[in-house]
Amino acid sequence: MPPPAPLTRGRGPGTVEHMIQVRGLTKRYGGKAAVDDLTFTVRPGVVTGFLGPNGAGKSTTMRLILGLEGATSGTATVNGRPYREHTAPLREAGALLEARAVHPGRSAFHHLLALAQTAGIGTERVHEIIDAVGLRDVARKPAKRFSLGMSQRLGIATALLGDPRTIILDEPLNGLDTEGIRWVRQLLRDLAAEGRTVFVSSHLMSEMALTAERLVVIGRGKLIADTGTAEFIARAARNVARVRTSEPERLAALLTGPDVEVQSNDGALSVAGLTTDQIGVIAARAQITLWELAAERASLEDAFMDLTRDAVEYSAGGAR
Amino acid sequence: MSVRVVRAEFTKLRSVPSTAWSLATAVVLVVAFAAMYSTLRVTRPPADPAAFDATAVALAGVSLAQIAVGVLGVLLVTGEYATGLIRTSVTAVPTRLPLLWGKSVAFGLVTAAVAVPAVVGAFFVGQSVLRREHLDVAFGAPGVARAVLGGALYLVGVGLLGLALGALLRNTAGAVSALFGMLFALQMVAGMLPESISDDINKYLPAPAGLAVTYVDHDRYSLGPWAGFGVFCLYVGVLLGLAAWRLRRRDV
Repeated sequence: MPPPAPLTRGRGPGTVEHMIQVRGLTKRYGGKAAVDDLTFTVRPGVVTGFLGPNGAGKSTTMRLILGLEGATSGTATVNGRPYREHTAPLREAGALLEARAVHPGRSAFHHLLALAQTAGIGTERVHEIIDAVGLRDVARKPAKRFSLGMSQRLGIATALLGDPRTIILDEPLNGLDTEGIRWVRQLLRDLAAEGRTVFVSSHLMSEMALTAERLVVIGRGKLIADTGTAEFIARAARNVARVRTSEPERLAALLTGPDVEVQSNDGALSVAGLTTDQIGVIAARAQITLWELAAERASLEDAFMDLTRDAVEYSAGGAR
Repeated sequence: MSVRVVRAEFTKLRSVPSTAWSLATAVVLVVAFAAMYSTLRVTRPPADPAAFDATAVALAGVSLAQIAVGVLGVLLVTGEYATGLIRTSVTAVPTRLPLLWGKSVAFGLVTAAVAVPAVVGAFFVGQSVLRREHLDVAFGAPGVARAVLGGALYLVGVGLLGLALGALLRNTAGAVSALFGMLFALQMVAGMLPESISDDINKYLPAPAGLAVTYVDHDRYSLGPWAGFGVFCLYVGVLLGLAAWRLRRRDV
């Protein structure tokens, strides 16, 4: 689909200054804190996922970083200084905040051209980026005829137009088909590999597990975790074994240990803290017949929900 | 820097169909109304030809065209807020104010480029009709050229007024209402006052003050052409200033 064209004009590897630094960032609307004393750093060279349930404050944080909103307190800097103070902002940071933020009557080409002109970027770069995101055939059509997936591609083109050192994308995978999701994932990895700082938000843990190497997790505007994705998953996801047996009570009594948890439901046992091998050995020694013994990996989504449960603003059950 | 923003705003202007439609509507209103009103006056000639104002008849469409131009000015800004495009624009120009100035300059120039031929065309169309009853006036007659080009100036001013209200209120319905309130409702309110007071107040209101520059002669019910237009520019300037203050200080 997208013809081969350079997405970026390879820059040298990023230095330490090429990062997003957020220190004690707080934003209150009325008395309510949408972003509450956030501190984290987004470094170049890796894709950093920004994870949290809907309404956790991800978009607000991104708007604060870009100087679109003023912080109640705290600071956010991009490549060493507040975004508003950069003289060539599109070359410092590119952002996708809302995919549909295009005049419905304007074409993708003119949308990008107007943006390019504010930064003195030439028309060739506009054509180049349109080719690179695979919008060449529809570039002259009014944006109202775009699908959400095409709008996301245009949004990504908007973000990359100035060949920026820092890339900030708010939910870029929303509305994309499988091919589009794969394309964005590869693109993000490539951008990071070139030494850029890549900061991508999502409300879906499973998406970020495949895309990001590092995670900043927030809930209700507060920092929950700032860690590597692998560590986050290892810490969050617990292995559970499912056991069906003729004597559930007797087996449950034998499954003991410091971190062992046994739950009984519908005659089957859910055992956390022991491997299936260990359970099999214990059952054999006690001569208990097992009908089923299977490892169940707690889903990432469940682990994420567990971690953020207390931080979810609106839960389906109603008022908390 | 700002030249770049003006270019970008010009690109934005020319790349949406609503610009062409609104400005074409304004031109048609100005020229067609000149033809229609002149024809009407030819069929019903004035009792006193000496008091007949052939320029005013030809410029009658300006009062209608101001709606199209003013609403376009509003939409140029509120459209960016409605779609969220404003955030992309501010990301590209984080100092923000060049966006407002760039938009004002680009829109002002485009409106002038359309309005000047429109009013000049309307004048000559109107006079060619009025000539049949020898009611026409020459472009070179005292005050006529100023009044005709003043019609274009007034339209540019109304466009910027709409733009300023759009930037100040960030909402299409609110800004269009405010624009109509300033251009039409204020005179109605003033008209309810005792005549001695309303005559004095009325000429300082935005539309009567701005339109003074389109009158060949002025009387005690209107300010002088440039004094009136100056008052009108003051309204536009103050609102642009407030819009700039809000853009600079508030979250987008």
